[in-house]
Amino acid sequence: MNDNGYLNTSGRVMANGKGPSVSVQGMALSYGSIKVLHELDLDIADGEFLVLLGPSGCGKSTLLNCIAGLLEPSQGKVFIKGKNVTWEEPKDRGIGMVFQSYALYPQMTVERNLSFGLRVAGLPSAEIKQRVARAAEVLQLEPLLQRKPTALSGGQRQRVAIGRALVRDVDVFLFDEPLSNLDAKLRAELRVEIKRLHQRLGNTMIYVTHDQIEALTLADRIAVMKSGVIQQLDEPLTIYNRPRNRYVAGFIGSPSMNFVKARISAGSPAPNLQLSSISIPLTDYVPVQPLVAGTDVEFGVRPEHLRLGTGPDEGSSEPVDAVVDLVEPMGSDSLVWLKVDGQVLSARVESSQRFAPDQPVKVRFRVGLASLFDAASGDRL
Amino acid sequence: MAIAETLLGNGSAREPSGPKPKSSLSPRNIMLYGTLIVVAVYYLLPLYVMVVTSLKGMPEIRLGNVFSPPVEITFEPWVKAWATACTGLNCDGLSHGFWNSVRITIPSVIVSIMIASVSGYSLANWRFRGAEIFFTILIVGSFVPYQVMIYPIVIVLREIGLYGSLWGLVIVHTIFGMPILTLLFRNYFVSLPVELFKAARVDGAGFWRIYFQIMMPMSLPIFVVAMILQVTGIWNDFLFGVIYTKPDTYPMTVQLNNIVNSVQGVKEYNVNMAATIITGLVPLAVYFLSGRYFVRGIAAGAVKG
Amino acid sequence: MAADSAKRPVRLFRNLNSKIAAIPMILIASVIFVGGTAWTILYSFTNSKLLPRLTFVGLDQYSRLWSTPKWLISIENLLIYGVLSLFFSLVIGFFLAVLLDQKIRFENTFRTIYLYPFALSFIVTGLVWQWLLNPEFGVQRVIRNLGWTSFSFDPLYNADIVIYGILLAGLWQGTGLVMCLMLAGLRGIDEEIWKASRVDGIPSWKTYLFIVIPMMRPVFITTLVIIASGIVRVYDLVVAQTSGGPGIASEVPAKFVYDTMFLAQNLAQGFAGSTMMLVTVIVVVVPWAYLEFGSKHGHS
Repeated sequence: MNDNGYLNTSGRVMANGKGPSVSVQGMALSYGSIKVLHELDLDIADGEFLVLLGPSGCGKSTLLNCIAGLLEPSQGKVFIKGKNVTWEEPKDRGIGMVFQSYALYPQMTVERNLSFGLRVAGLPSAEIKQRVARAAEVLQLEPLLQRKPTALSGGQRQRVAIGRALVRDVDVFLFDEPLSNLDAKLRAELRVEIKRLHQRLGNTMIYVTHDQIEALTLADRIAVMKSGVIQQLDEPLTIYNRPRNRYVAGFIGSPSMNFVKARISAGSPAPNLQLSSISIPLTDYVPVQPLVAGTDVEFGVRPEHLRLGTGPDEGSSEPVDAVVDLVEPMGSDSLVWLKVDGQVLSARVESSQRFAPDQPVKVRFRVGLASLFDAASGDRL
Repeated sequence: MAIAETLLGNGSAREPSGPKPKSSLSPRNIMLYGTLIVVAVYYLLPLYVMVVTSLKGMPEIRLGNVFSPPVEITFEPWVKAWATACTGLNCDGLSHGFWNSVRITIPSVIVSIMIASVSGYSLANWRFRGAEIFFTILIVGSFVPYQVMIYPIVIVLREIGLYGSLWGLVIVHTIFGMPILTLLFRNYFVSLPVELFKAARVDGAGFWRIYFQIMMPMSLPIFVVAMILQVTGIWNDFLFGVIYTKPDTYPMTVQLNNIVNSVQGVKEYNVNMAATIITGLVPLAVYFLSGRYFVRGIAAGAVKG
Repeated sequence: MAADSAKRPVRLFRNLNSKIAAIPMILIASVIFVGGTAWTILYSFTNSKLLPRLTFVGLDQYSRLWSTPKWLISIENLLIYGVLSLFFSLVIGFFLAVLLDQKIRFENTFRTIYLYPFALSFIVTGLVWQWLLNPEFGVQRVIRNLGWTSFSFDPLYNADIVIYGILLAGLWQGTGLVMCLMLAGLRGIDEEIWKASRVDGIPSWKTYLFIVIPMMRPVFITTLVIIASGIVRVYDLVVAQTSGGPGIASEVPAKFVYDTMFLAQNLAQGFAGSTMMLVTVIVVVVPWAYLEFGSKHGHS
């Protein structure tokens, strides 16, 4: 009955055999005639770090706010720790939330910010003191307790915001783009801190961001969203290596994936990828379903999976002719832009390799690590 | 999973799903809208009383009270207020004051806005040494009670021979409109992209050309706000009207006060109320027509108070 | 040509057009605002009667002023009216703004209704409320007709409470403005603060009290200054509603000054009175200005 310490009424079971920590079922939200969320289903396991990733307007914040209870869905249910909380107020859902603008109470000290909610709830002051002390210790806020938010740096403010969620002694933490207001360096630092926090505390965390680097580094699983629909829900490496559709493929990875327009042509032992004047055998490629000749496709291959020049390299296709267009040095690597059969591709090479514009080169593709997408639907083939 | 289903039963009592059901008639809503409506009544009551009183005949007024609606509607008080009410000197009603107010307001609005907008423009884009000092004086001066500056202005106007004339009053309104209007225009021009101005200067345009061909066309909203502020403020003014005019050039507000408060003998309440409404019609019309701009004008004019 | 233009242009003529355009502003600021104020203050130390006369009498006018019942009553009235006006318009204005901020329907309608009195002249307001408070036909009669036969509310004829009648009218006209300012302030509060307090489980009223109001301190202060500077000037309202009566029970400084200067033909007394009004304003505004602009050098 109590498979993970609570009564699970959500009706769902995760891969590990236990009930989900958070379960979203059939959730939809419309503003008038505009549908922002389309019948979403999402199950998050206990202690999992789940990232909702997508561009502005894809519905990720909306989904988070619905889980939190700050927005009402037009349809659907939310279960937290097995309990149906669809009609509960945010404070009764067992969640803590961290906001993009930190939303600290500006006229109160850090200590009061942390304890205010607890005081309002009527907790005994000994308990409050203990919780505040614990949060301060975990987040290194002890020297800052008597300061006001205006006297704190962005990174410190964000830690206080996290602390405010921490003192609530809840199991689920929600993060709404918490690092977006920080500069790049601070973002990188706090990213590491959040990951460390998750390792130490082990709580379920749902994290919204538009930054794919944050998603890749922090997540146990990523839900890539677009226009209110979850495009793919998988572990980061799976999303990176086997994106489910053209959109996900183009969104993840920096520098971004190359896309080549082509067509499937018959061949043996495997079908060929037919460009205008080049044909690449797809021997190493593992399709979802058998490929059909004549299909218009987009061939997606990441810059690091192109090989320039000849030389030993297993797993690559036969070399193809190309001309260097320009070179972008990026420090340890360089990005070489090539013209191949009338299309433009980028290849990542080590900086030690030198290339000059208009230089002819041979290009090889690691087809086994590439992706094929139907040109019309964008789905992975 | 089966256990969960057993506990709930299949299709048991309604499981929470979708938006939380809430009735429009919740206690919260009742209190909220109730309070709002009660307060609205308090605000509307005087207007109602004004209208209702102005449409009754005098016998009916004496019998009833201020809140009772008219049994017999008559527009006679209105006609009387406009055309024949006596203000001590002459008996041609409010119409005299109305046209005076018109003759005061229109030039005052135009002159004050023209001068203030050019001054604001000068302060925003063509700063020269000492300009800020005068501007600060203006702003500080807007807090100073008018009473302190009234008599010196009387002297100045007498010297240039405009005391008691409409144009004298126009000058007064311009003077006292300067602080808030200049601030308004200056802040607005400062908020316009400076690249536009720089590009024009590079092209060789000078002070006046830039003002008329670039700044003014882009400033329509702020001109509207300024006009609303000035039309309302000047039309409603009483203090300056009473000091700087002669009975012949009294604006409507002064006349109104005379009609109501300085009449001996029988008080004709219905005529008084009709006269009051007529005086309030112009600014009210401006208010209702301008909506959003009025609020913006308040926010800006609020700096002066 | 090179030799000619090597002469540096006189500084005064640089930016000439701008300076010309600013002449009205310069004139007004220096002659009227500075010059006029200084003139009035100067002449308040004279014994000018019908016309200005430069015969100095020291602080004579001021001592006379402060022993004139009419002046003392007007100061007292101003204090009562001022303090109550300030308090009630802030409280009512804030309260109305909170109500309007609740995402209600017809918000624009309500706001239009609460604000329209502000568009009226004080004369109109004064006259309407004079009629409303008429003991024979107005509020007193209505309530008596409803059964409370001994109810008495005749501010216009009762010297003790006349100032409250004026207060009623003034609030009716002015709270709409305060409400607008407060509403703008409320709307400027970051929405995520509300979300955070909701997640924290803090009830609405506590959020307003402990979080929102402290955050709106600048708005409150600005509004306070605006209301205060308007209060000192109250004149039209009194003239219309009570003409200062009954007797001199509802006199206010602004009216005292006007009457003294133009009706009683005692210019210097009037100047003294207006200088006192100026002093009052300085006492209110200077600390505020120091707080607002002085603190910019210190902490932020």
